Amino acid sequence: MNNKLWLALGAGILLVLAVSALFAPLIAPHHPLRQSLSEDLIAYSADHPLGTDKLGRDILSRVLHGGRISLLVGVSTVTLSLAIGLIVGSMSGFFGGWIDQLLMRLVDILVAFPGILLAIAFTAVLGPGLDHVVIALCLIGWTSYARLVRGEILALREREFVQAARALGCRPKRIIWHHLLPNLLPPLLIQATFGLAAAIVAEGSLSFLGLGVEPPTPSWGSMLNDGRQFLLVAPHLTTYPGLAIMITVLALNLVGDALQERLTARNR
Amino acid sequence: MNRQADDSNPVKHYLIQRLLFLLPTLLGALTLVFVLIHLIPGDPVEVMLGETATSADKQELRRNLGLDQPLLTQYRNFLTNLAAGDLGRSLYEQADVAEIIGARLPATLQLALCAMIAALAISFSLAILAAVNRGRWPDRGALLFSLFGLSLPNFWLGPLLMIAFSIQLGWTPVSGRGGISHLVLPALTLGLGMAAILTRILRASLLQVMTDDFVRTARAKGLPEKQVWLKHTLRNALMSVITIMSLQFGALLAGSLITETIFSWPGIGRLTVQAIQTRDYPLVQGCVLVIALSYILVNFLTDLLYKLVDPRVSYE
Repeated sequence: MNNKLWLALGAGILLVLAVSALFAPLIAPHHPLRQSLSEDLIAYSADHPLGTDKLGRDILSRVLHGGRISLLVGVSTVTLSLAIGLIVGSMSGFFGGWIDQLLMRLVDILVAFPGILLAIAFTAVLGPGLDHVVIALCLIGWTSYARLVRGEILALREREFVQAARALGCRPKRIIWHHLLPNLLPPLLIQATFGLAAAIVAEGSLSFLGLGVEPPTPSWGSMLNDGRQFLLVAPHLTTYPGLAIMITVLALNLVGDALQERLTARNR
Repeated sequence: MNRQADDSNPVKHYLIQRLLFLLPTLLGALTLVFVLIHLIPGDPVEVMLGETATSADKQELRRNLGLDQPLLTQYRNFLTNLAAGDLGRSLYEQADVAEIIGARLPATLQLALCAMIAALAISFSLAILAAVNRGRWPDRGALLFSLFGLSLPNFWLGPLLMIAFSIQLGWTPVSGRGGISHLVLPALTLGLGMAAILTRILRASLLQVMTDDFVRTARAKGLPEKQVWLKHTLRNALMSVITIMSLQFGALLAGSLITETIFSWPGIGRLTVQAIQTRDYPLVQGCVLVIALSYILVNFLTDLLYKLVDPRVSYE
């Protein structure tokens, strides 16, 4: 399959996932928290196509609502990390000197820490909750964007159009916003695609450990954790949230790879 | 004179430079770990002991943890104790944190090592197969494996493998630590992500090196194909593998938290999760510290390993 088809496939899957997450309250056949203890651990029924969990809650409805949490955490984490990375990387690359040294040493120190471990440690002390998860994931998440932006700006600032803008007396802020940023967008978009996939998996990991979203709100990671104790009698409890995470990450990887290949081909 | 001596020994110069760089990194990591306990919302002692604890118990714990001291004194004591190998005392296990971690460390190292071996074995076989058969079905298969491997989170892969191989087929034990059969599923769960990344990177490196002039020359002068691969192609493609392995080691350590929890593997990962669940914060601090320091140490050793693999790497 060629690059265009991979991109279309990935983007198509993402569109379906985003629409189903956005309109989950309208699409979902049941309320995700509605319990029916007489219908617990059903594998399949006409009323519950993906079955029910230990409290008789509809898995399909919970998977659809869980997608909202995963995408919300992913998009929030990427947006916040991107904003911080953009500011730090621009300052570091554009001004150079001691500002660059100071900021990049800070990045080096943070990168020396395994990101997900720091996120686990912070959510462990701060307590579960969506806002805590996003903050914890951003703690190290911004560093990759900062490094990327700095590197790109170092290369761009010597180009003729930037030198011309300087010679015309443009202020640093204007040069960064109007001349450098538009050129930074393609690599940042690719990084953000992979960052979104990583954030979704990280949120899943935190929820799996009971450090993500608080119960009974459904999230793919917490659904997997709940289903773990019923592996023998009800494997469907782990199958569907796991598939949802895998398909989302797969689609993001497809889009990221295809965009990366396009950018490499263009630069060649 | 000294400078001349240093310049004449680039390895020593490089080592000193790297060690000097290691210091702020280490200090940064230690500060982050120190800060952890102070981020607990409200009174950390109340959070750890619960609201029903007597004020005498709270006072005792506050004194034991040094929380009754000014912040700077606490930080100084934290670093001094650490230098003496004292990581504090667990709240519930009535033992030193260092002792508890020491008892669990071999299990985690064993699992991480096996996961790495599994990842290397899978990725080398697939990448060589893919590079030799570029554009044909083994190549496409390897790329598909890589794509799916990267998309499968280990907190789903673990239960999947458990359902298939332990519950349905009965080939491996469900959980716990014992012989090699106990290791297979946890090692695969932990190593598959790394295998997926390595396959992709190694394939790309091999394809690039295979077209380099020195490989063509080696073939032209009549070297056997086995030697061309082992001495020229694979060795030159190894650099990227080392870089990725070092970067992935952090993911491996952090991944051990989930994998060990799924398979009830008695290592540091499971210990950390248990400590988080029981709010044994001194133990959480100790575990996070040991994992982070291992990661920093591995990155440092990787830098030194580059020279061994590729003598062209300059220490200047």
